[in-house]
Amino acid sequence: MRLAVLSGKGGTGKTFVSVNLAAAAKKAVYIDCDVEEPNGRLFFRPQDVVSAPVHTLLPQFDAGKCNGCRKCVDFCRFHALVYIKEKPMIFPDVCHSCGGCALVCPQKAVSEEKRPVGELEIGVSENVTVVTGILNMGEASAVPVIQEALQTGFSYAGLTVIDCPPGSSCSVMESVSAADYALFVAEPTAFGFHNFQMVYELVRLLKKPCGVILNKADGPYPPLEDFCQKEQIPLLHTFPFSEELAALGAEGTIAVRKNEALKHTFQNILRQIGGENAL
Amino acid sequence: MIIAIPLDENKKDVCVSFGRAPFVLFYDTESNAQEISENPAAQAQGGAGLKAAQFLVDHHTNILITIRCGQNAAEVLQAAETAIYEAQGGDAAVNLAAYLEGKLELLSHFHAGFHGKA
Repeated sequence: MRLAVLSGKGGTGKTFVSVNLAAAAKKAVYIDCDVEEPNGRLFFRPQDVVSAPVHTLLPQFDAGKCNGCRKCVDFCRFHALVYIKEKPMIFPDVCHSCGGCALVCPQKAVSEEKRPVGELEIGVSENVTVVTGILNMGEASAVPVIQEALQTGFSYAGLTVIDCPPGSSCSVMESVSAADYALFVAEPTAFGFHNFQMVYELVRLLKKPCGVILNKADGPYPPLEDFCQKEQIPLLHTFPFSEELAALGAEGTIAVRKNEALKHTFQNILRQIGGENAL
Repeated sequence: MIIAIPLDENKKDVCVSFGRAPFVLFYDTESNAQEISENPAAQAQGGAGLKAAQFLVDHHTNILITIRCGQNAAEVLQAAETAIYEAQGGDAAVNLAAYLEGKLELLSHFHAGFHGKA
């Protein structure tokens, strides 16, 4: 089972839920797709870590072969190429590495060079294989690192937990597209509810089965609960504010590895969403 | 010499956006001819600034008068040796006259791009 954990708003507890679900399973792979600030590894402290660079392709133009026909510039739907003084000029941050310019060039003047954009770290933490995507600072697009992290993570057996980035943009869509189930972590506040609705809209378009976990709940919040009822989104569990959980989180401890009752809670969540095989 | 100014829907005022302005005014100082064209980048999914800059370069524009301009578009225009002057807002004709009287200054700040956020 491939489970994507989403929130819309940052800081609601995606990593808390993802890490503990993976740790509560018999065997799991945890994929950190929040590649701008991957922090699952701070809890798992994976051992035997191997790293691998992630590259994207960037077109290079051979000025000797280019005859200025402009076909590449006209082809690029992202407008990453412009035509100045009868030569193409590339904007690397806008390029989506589709390779189209190289295909349409009649002069074979375009070659694609590898450009490093980030790296993957793969390690083990007891029952969990930990795959961490790390985007290089200053890179505009997280998508290539997320794709590589997912591809690597999917090669391992067991429950797959995808810790998604916050928000509802391209990087979130990339992270959730290959999942069988979308698990939302929502804060019962106006801000939390607003951003939850945005990411819910994305998941609904992708037609994924989904459910909600409320976190940091200090009481009922009818707007969110009514919305879930109306949309028939199952409310799987509510975590109240808890000093114990906050203390465990602050010291980078995985709660289900310390607290047997909490382990049962997370195993129950897995059962509710069809993940009993992972127990 | 060709001068370009991004225009609002009313085809009269300078548009606050360069890349996504609905129209562009081209003014030829030699013939005094002016032409208003639709900006092909106005509805672009992405890279609107780059596409609009390309449109100006293809029109052999020497001078752009604009309220603001992104870094990518500025890089294209600089490579094509198009000078970018800062518009004062309001009526495009007034800005054009101000430029011709030497009253406009070069645009010195280029934003990092709004990329659909504003």
